[in-house]
Amino acid sequence: MTYSPIDRAATKTPQGVARRIRGLSDRTIAWIFVSPTIFLLLAVNIFPLIWTIRLSFTDYRVNRPNNEVSWVGLQNYQRILSDPDIWNTMQATAHFLIWTIILQVLIGFTLAYLINMKFKGNDLWTTIIVFPMMLSPAVVGNFWTFLYQPQIGLFNYVVAFFTGADPASFSMIGDVNLAPWAIVIVDTWMWTPFVMLICLAGLRSIPDSIYEAAECDRASKWRQFWTITVPMALPFLMLAVLFRGIENFKMFDLVVQLTGGGPGNTTTLTSIDLKREAFERWRTGYSSAYAVILFVTVFGLASIYVKALNKVKQR
Amino acid sequence: MSFSVTEPRRGTKWLAGILVVGYAIITMVPLLWIIATGFKSPTDSIAYPPVVVFDPTLEGYVNLFTDRTRATPQMLEEAGPPETWYDAIAQERGTVITGPSRYGERFLNSVIIGFGSTALCMILGTAAAYAFSRFRVPLKDDLLFFILSTRMMPPIAVAIPIFLMFRNLGLSDTHLGMILLYTAVNLSLSVWLLKGFIDEIPVEYEEAALIDGYTRFQAFYKVVLPQAATGIASTAIFCLIFAWNEYAFAVLLTSGNAQTAPPFIPTIIGTSGKDWPAVAAGATIFLIPVMVFTILLRKHLLRGITFGAVRK
Repeated sequence: MTYSPIDRAATKTPQGVARRIRGLSDRTIAWIFVSPTIFLLLAVNIFPLIWTIRLSFTDYRVNRPNNEVSWVGLQNYQRILSDPDIWNTMQATAHFLIWTIILQVLIGFTLAYLINMKFKGNDLWTTIIVFPMMLSPAVVGNFWTFLYQPQIGLFNYVVAFFTGADPASFSMIGDVNLAPWAIVIVDTWMWTPFVMLICLAGLRSIPDSIYEAAECDRASKWRQFWTITVPMALPFLMLAVLFRGIENFKMFDLVVQLTGGGPGNTTTLTSIDLKREAFERWRTGYSSAYAVILFVTVFGLASIYVKALNKVKQR
Repeated sequence: MSFSVTEPRRGTKWLAGILVVGYAIITMVPLLWIIATGFKSPTDSIAYPPVVVFDPTLEGYVNLFTDRTRATPQMLEEAGPPETWYDAIAQERGTVITGPSRYGERFLNSVIIGFGSTALCMILGTAAAYAFSRFRVPLKDDLLFFILSTRMMPPIAVAIPIFLMFRNLGLSDTHLGMILLYTAVNLSLSVWLLKGFIDEIPVEYEEAALIDGYTRFQAFYKVVLPQAATGIASTAIFCLIFAWNEYAFAVLLTSGNAQTAPPFIPTIIGTSGKDWPAVAAGATIFLIPVMVFTILLRKHLLRGITFGAVRK
């Protein structure tokens, strides 16, 4: 083992003296500063995670603490992956994920592009547009059920006003075909500003000189858009998609308040399904395995995506 | 007049402005509708076609903050003339106020848990961020990634073992439990954001202070903290908003004692069916502070929502 001269001096000097001379060493301070955070995260995040993994191999049930807990090996995992209901849930999640991302990217990017034209008062309107995403999804989602009421709901009234349909003839959250779109609409309303803000940062990062050079080369506006604007804003756009993807994969509060997973199972996203298994049917071991599968999926998707993102950035 | 090839034409600018303002107005309608519904009478709130112009009433707010019971005309007569304006509103509907509702308590819980977790999170987060920014911490990148990755987990999945752990430790449905939980959830955000803010403060200031005989601790709180004040303040607001809005953990881990407002507001019901004006009133009081904070935060908004990944 080799020590630097400072380390050697430090070990030779009695502790009290060292402290009087130099105060605490940087390394000690670093550990004092970092360890409470790491400790809390270990206690509230990692310890529970390990516990979940352990429970996932058992048939433990929280509501029957006196039952003998036995190891069931991979049985929980087998049952989940062969359960057709889980695949329905995955499909509902995929529908929600894909459509919210498509709509939010399209609308968000368009808005950012328009705001970047720097018309008068664009700051004020940007702040107003951002409001929905800062608010409590549960509280706002709950109120949207009021807007979606057949007959008296504002949403139905507006749709009926423009299409001439009867506002009592359709129910956004009560209809099997409409409910998956009802949650897409509210999520898009809420989170489009998020994509917009990130895209705006991307557009603002493109130096004017590139456009001036393109203008000298007589590139059309259309061509400039596709060869300069889009490629240069792409890393930002992908970052926005990454964030939205992870967030919506975890989606719980907004949708549970809007539809509660219904009608039937049409809007039962994975988190809602997991909540039913864990806190209504109390199948703790089974739902732990479910949770582990979700972790692996999120981490897997996120890491593949981050790799792709880095590739795009390098270009 | 200066001319630039990259500047859009005036007409284009106007069109862009109109489209953005149009979107902003449409996006505000649901929020304005919440605020308006809070001041409607129950009849106006479910009128068809929806009414925009109406007689404002505080009935929704009275119903939000009180528990009432249906009263027979005889009971009303015995009760005599209303003593206060809110008694009057209740009696007009043929009800008598029996006491305060739980909304006040739930709102107070939100305040206690929100501010408590934010304060704790800022203390731990600032210290950790300073260490990550200034010192050579072994495995620094791994630790930082670990801190960030805690945010990727679905809350429901983490809630199962936390539910068990809290039950064993006697923390379920307590303020302390929720404060610790929200602190842990928010730490990733605060460490990442604050590290970015502290990275931007030149190291030279501290070096000068150290040469002047300050200890590291003194340099930290006399030089770095004041410089990072704006960053700390905006990070704190982000943590506060998150804790304020959180629903999944709150609905699973709290019930009677430490329940916050988000799980409570959707459960508000009137004496006959869902009392939408009262729900809207509760939502309004709960959402307005966040809107104010959003305006205060607007310069650092982007940074906060991307964990410091995008700075400008």
